Amino acid sequence: MKIKLISILFASIFTISSAFTLKLDGSDKYMTKNGKVFFFSHTDMEDIKAENNKVASVLDSKTGKLQIEILIKSFVFKKALMEEHFNENYMESTKYPKSKFDGKIDDIKAIDFSKDGTYKSTVSGNLTIKDKTNAVKTNATFTIKDGKLNGKTVFKIKLADYNVEIPAVVKDKI
Amino acid sequence: MKQNFWVFLIIWIGLPNLAIAQTDTTDLMGLLGNNEETEYATATFKTTRLLNGHSIENQAAGVLDFRINHRFGNLNGGTYEWFGLDQANVKLGLDYGVLPWLMVGLGHTNVDKTYDGFIKAKILRQSTGKKNMPISMTYVTSSAVTTLKWTNPNRNNYISSRYSYTHQLLIARKFSNATSIQIMPTLVHRNLVDSLKYKNDVLVIGIGGRQKLTKRMSINAEYYYVLPNQINKIYDNSLSLGLDIETGGHVFQLSCTNSRGMTDPQFLTQTQGKWTKGAIRFGFNISRVFTLRDRK
Repeated sequence: MKIKLISILFASIFTISSAFTLKLDGSDKYMTKNGKVFFFSHTDMEDIKAENNKVASVLDSKTGKLQIEILIKSFVFKKALMEEHFNENYMESTKYPKSKFDGKIDDIKAIDFSKDGTYKSTVSGNLTIKDKTNAVKTNATFTIKDGKLNGKTVFKIKLADYNVEIPAVVKDKI
Repeated sequence: MKQNFWVFLIIWIGLPNLAIAQTDTTDLMGLLGNNEETEYATATFKTTRLLNGHSIENQAAGVLDFRINHRFGNLNGGTYEWFGLDQANVKLGLDYGVLPWLMVGLGHTNVDKTYDGFIKAKILRQSTGKKNMPISMTYVTSSAVTTLKWTNPNRNNYISSRYSYTHQLLIARKFSNATSIQIMPTLVHRNLVDSLKYKNDVLVIGIGGRQKLTKRMSINAEYYYVLPNQINKIYDNSLSLGLDIETGGHVFQLSCTNSRGMTDPQFLTQTQGKWTKGAIRFGFNISRVFTLRDRK
């Protein structure tokens, strides 16, 4: 998966040069406001896809604590009507504007932030969608390159766990 | 039993940031600060029409909307007219979203064998956050041409007499997820009127709104008041009440109205029949959308 360099990453050029000092101070937070979340649902009728690139995330590299915040209205669908239905009927994004993950990287010790490499660890914590919170655990991959950290995780979610109601007539389409 | 899964694939990018000192780890999000964005009001109405007239909604760019409007006869026609069901007036229309703010449409109705076309452009969008705008505003202009045979073929008839034009400013506000109100200052220009006593330019003011009952159903109302001393006294103001039902790509609008015509100048200036006398027509609009052009 290719990651677009967005404005905030340009700032990193500045911060990377200062990263050494930072570590000495004992500060060790990784953060972004332009993380990406892809939404995907496969059915017999059609695949439903959406992308959100305004995801906020902060990682404390010392404790492994990881928080992700997703603005539901920022999901972009190919079909305008799907986007409207997603916001209006299913996610009720005016009532529940944000979804959150609050958890940790279980094996944070295994990741060496000072050198390039790829690491695997499980991620566990609480996932909140539509004000319903469930404990989740999933595999994640972390890549360190040039002082930047890329993380990838996949959450599989059952609609019923998060209060998303599907009327019988459209059941097979979602 | 089919299992439904929504999959969230999450990729995040992090970078070390100089500005951060050691803080309480329980709310890491606070470190990112508050970046306020503009949030636009969406889905003020379920579809591009309130009932007879336009709502501030446009079809999205690249979306084609096929519309079938149907009005039966008057309810007070009694059993002889099968309470109006023996009569049928139909309008077929095709609307297309050209740009996110621009929509065009064509239609034909059997009422006076009329063709019509419109252009609809968004001017303001209701929003909160960084940009604050309390209302949405849209401009619609339409022209209609009747193609009935001349009632008096022996006199000098001009083709221009068949035309009439409508200009509307739609001003709407979504007050809550369920409630939206719209006002519609309107000008209808008719090239030919029945008598010198009547105005060619008719000012009409409309008010309408919707109240959601469930996520997929809403009650709509629409009233057009013709300012006094402009048109023949035989005509009444148009009042319509309806129910919107949304099912995926379709929107069904069931309505009760005193207007027979479904084209702008017809329901605005030629509505005949009073609700109080039972001159109510049952009708429905069906909208089916087709996405012709995917968004990038």
